[in-house]
Amino acid sequence: MIGSRGNKQFDWITILIYVALVSIGWINIYSASYSASATSFFDFSQIYTKQLVWICLSFVLITFILAVEAKFYERFSSIIYIVSLLSLLGLFVLGKNVNGATSWYFLGGFSIQPSEFAKAATALALAKYVSDIQTDLKIFNVQIKALVLIFLPALIIIPQPDPGSALVYIALIFPLYREGLHYIYLLLGFIVASLFVATLAFGVTWVSFGIILIAGFVLLKNKKRKPNFFKYGIIVAACIGFSVSVNFIFENVLEQRHRDRFNIVLGKEVDTKDIGYNTNQSEIAIGSGGWTGKGWLQGTQTKGKFVPEQDTDYIFSTVGEEWGFLGSLLVVLLFLALIIRLLILAERQKSQFSRVYGYSVAAIIFFHFFINIGMVSGLLPTIGIPLPFFSYGGSGLWGFTILLFIFIRLDASNYVNR
Amino acid sequence: MRKYLLLLIVLIFGIIIISRLFYLQVYNTSAQISSENNAIKKKFDFPQRGFIFDRNGKLLVSNQPSYDVMVIPKNIKEMDCDTKIEFCNLLKITEDELDNIIAKARIYSPRLPSVVIPQFTKDEYAYLSEKIWKYDGFYIQKRALRDYQVHNSANVFGYIAEVNQTIINKNPYYQMGDLIGKAGVEQEYEEVLRGIKGVKYQQMDRFNRVIGPYKDGIYDTLPTNGKDITLTIDAVLQEYGERLLVNKRGGIVALEPSTGEILALITAPSYDPKLLVGRERSKNFTKLYYDTISRPLFDRVLQGEYPPGSPFKTLTGLIGLQEGVIDINETVVCNGRYFYGGRKPLGCHHTRPPLSMVGGIAKSCNSYFATVYRRSIEKYPTPQEGMDNWRHHLESFGLGNYMGYDLPPGKKGLIPSANFYNRWYNYPTYKWYATATISNAIGQGEVILTPMQMVNFTAAIANRGWYYKPHIIKKINGVDTIPSKYTKRYNTTINPKHFDPVVEGMHQVYTEGTAARLRIPGIEICGKTGTSENYTKIGGKRVQLTDHSIFIAFAPKDNPKIAVAVIVENGYWGSRWAGRIAGLMIEKYLKGEITRTDMENYVLNGSLEEEYAKPISGKPFNINY
Repeated sequence: MIGSRGNKQFDWITILIYVALVSIGWINIYSASYSASATSFFDFSQIYTKQLVWICLSFVLITFILAVEAKFYERFSSIIYIVSLLSLLGLFVLGKNVNGATSWYFLGGFSIQPSEFAKAATALALAKYVSDIQTDLKIFNVQIKALVLIFLPALIIIPQPDPGSALVYIALIFPLYREGLHYIYLLLGFIVASLFVATLAFGVTWVSFGIILIAGFVLLKNKKRKPNFFKYGIIVAACIGFSVSVNFIFENVLEQRHRDRFNIVLGKEVDTKDIGYNTNQSEIAIGSGGWTGKGWLQGTQTKGKFVPEQDTDYIFSTVGEEWGFLGSLLVVLLFLALIIRLLILAERQKSQFSRVYGYSVAAIIFFHFFINIGMVSGLLPTIGIPLPFFSYGGSGLWGFTILLFIFIRLDASNYVNR
Repeated sequence: MRKYLLLLIVLIFGIIIISRLFYLQVYNTSAQISSENNAIKKKFDFPQRGFIFDRNGKLLVSNQPSYDVMVIPKNIKEMDCDTKIEFCNLLKITEDELDNIIAKARIYSPRLPSVVIPQFTKDEYAYLSEKIWKYDGFYIQKRALRDYQVHNSANVFGYIAEVNQTIINKNPYYQMGDLIGKAGVEQEYEEVLRGIKGVKYQQMDRFNRVIGPYKDGIYDTLPTNGKDITLTIDAVLQEYGERLLVNKRGGIVALEPSTGEILALITAPSYDPKLLVGRERSKNFTKLYYDTISRPLFDRVLQGEYPPGSPFKTLTGLIGLQEGVIDINETVVCNGRYFYGGRKPLGCHHTRPPLSMVGGIAKSCNSYFATVYRRSIEKYPTPQEGMDNWRHHLESFGLGNYMGYDLPPGKKGLIPSANFYNRWYNYPTYKWYATATISNAIGQGEVILTPMQMVNFTAAIANRGWYYKPHIIKKINGVDTIPSKYTKRYNTTINPKHFDPVVEGMHQVYTEGTAARLRIPGIEICGKTGTSENYTKIGGKRVQLTDHSIFIAFAPKDNPKIAVAVIVENGYWGSRWAGRIAGLMIEKYLKGEITRTDMENYVLNGSLEEEYAKPISGKPFNINY
């Protein structure tokens, strides 16, 4: 029976990778936040000491998560989701503003960021909804409902404003696709994203030209099948229209700081002082690591605190500088191993609920991983989201720990049932 | 497909991330440099620049502290009106000037120091340092400047100046604001004098603040002070020479023949080396640099190229003897003219009786040396071979090329080769013969030499056939030897026995020849006068000017201690100016005092300014009177 107690077979591979990532993460937080002025290791005003406490507490948390019956998560997913939505909404009333974003509750010295926990809640709710016997993702209404489920928390998070955290919810399209969502949504998403980037990079004229060229090419190839010219015309017009509107939004709706972020990544602006400072410094830190890095606590960029927010969003730059390409490679491979392991586990789940949840976990971690390292290494525009298990912050660590270990708990039940 | 899409995307994006990291960390190394530039700052400790002494141990150049008022714009606090006026009075500038300076500093960098007013003296500093604390953002920085103990020898010392971008690009040792020797021994012995900067590596933070030593200072070094150097210059002689050349243009150079040491190196007009130190430096330098009429930065001894005139006859004679084309007793008839070919004759101020080698030199007979020269060339089957053989002899005296002395400026002079005349006469379409080059015999024609080259051949004659390369370095403190090229003896191609008649001739120049009236009691001087024709261009037209007065000499005749070459531009007769000056220099050096005060007064009170004004006056003028 699903979720019964008994000989639990936790997936130790995943757990070991988790432990490795958290440990390596802490070592780097120690370096990034290290200052010679710290009086003692147990100085609780130091960031690394705080993070160590969070890590220790997370193991207590893990014990609880694994002790709870698997069925609990499925049964209470709706309630968890609603509580999580309420906690997000509550921010508008009770939240505290930190760095321009009202994303935190302050509770007696602690700050809690509910958006970090909302991911697990949303994944649970999505898994629950999709695994319902009556849910058929081929039906348009169901599709809409699933999308609303996913993007409701994102919609609440955006105006906080925390667009980075909201962006991650796009990851949940992947479990839906796995469960039968038509590929057109992914394709549409891909086309929209491509057109968006292409328009910003090359301008409306060239993009329109490209669209017409591609359309003409496809038309020529499908000549024998008597293509519907009207349909082609509509698609081409829609694409160009989108491109024009992107341009319009970019130039007239977005604020200058957003425009700057895109322009820097696209190489249209060279800026190492103001908005591009973070990315530039981060690239210098990573790049100066060379093959093997400068050694732990020896990073000159890290010591000089050149990279802002290096212990949180930009923690990977410390890895890059002090451990070099080999160290970075190890971390990247650990993440890839974790994600791939999660996908393998998800595929072998007997229950659809576990599978959808597992997929969601893998997709969310992947999004965080790619966007964060992409940003830190200058591939993507500045999007402020943490690197899972690495970045400093109790909420983040706990949020990902809960996300991951609920799945490990679900997976363990799967074995019992075999 | 549905099962594998996300897996595929994860793998692809994973590879993208890894490639990006590989590119940043391994492939592209620019970040390493950027990192060093912004996180590690080198702080330099400047060593004391080496002192310069003369051959007798007299201190010539030392250092003095100078005080720059600096500003870090970021640290400036708003000053009220009274404070500002007070501060401006302190710096002796106007409020607008202060605002300008601060604005410029802010553009350069708000966080890095910039100079407000450079180079206050010690006295000014004492006053300033009591007040400067009142003005936030301003402070005083100490620097070392050159302190010259003498008012002369600017051409020998050179000067030091801040490095420019070209030097920084070429030599990574130098940073913006560093000082470097720019001329003279300051440039030649820059690496000896400057020492080695000490470096402290400091870890900086993002606000460009020092947060500690980099790697606990394991790469730090202490500064090594520059080495003191002793020059071969005799400060007394040098100073005397400069006085003799006041109101004249020209140069004096004296060597110790037995060593090649430069005893004095004087060019005129010159300038006081103190002009190029301190706050007025750049103003003064501009003034000197753009003085294109008297050209004080032009070293006439090293860079000036002159037709050597009659002193060159000694070499013509030596080559003739070596080539065996004339016997020392053979006389040549002279009628005041030397006829060759169908051209107009080469004139000669001497007429009779016919002279041999000794007398030819003493009386400076043009006909005699034209004969010898022509025979030397015509001894060979073709004039080309003859000319190249002649040139080969002269090259062995260090002529026709850079001499390899240890001072930066130099000119090759010109000893024409066969090729030179082949091009000139468009050989083989047109042929040329020894007679076409006959003026070379008497140091006119195509031959040109620098005074340094003239003194070098004089020293070689004094030594009867060999010389050391002229040099100005006598000793480098803490180093046992001077560069080996200055301790190597160079032999000429002339057999030592041939020098005796030439030396005797040069001696008779004083006893009964062209410098008979310049005799110095108690010193056996050998010399040779020269009066060299020269031309300039006025409005594109070639115009002859008054002849240059040239003189070479060495003394005593046996075991010579000093060799001198003197040129006084447009001084007319060699004995009038150059001869007198050469005699005075020799007497000063050998005796330490002057007995021929008549000669001294003539030179000290004489001026050629009137002569120099002629070509630029725009009026017609007479020459050679």
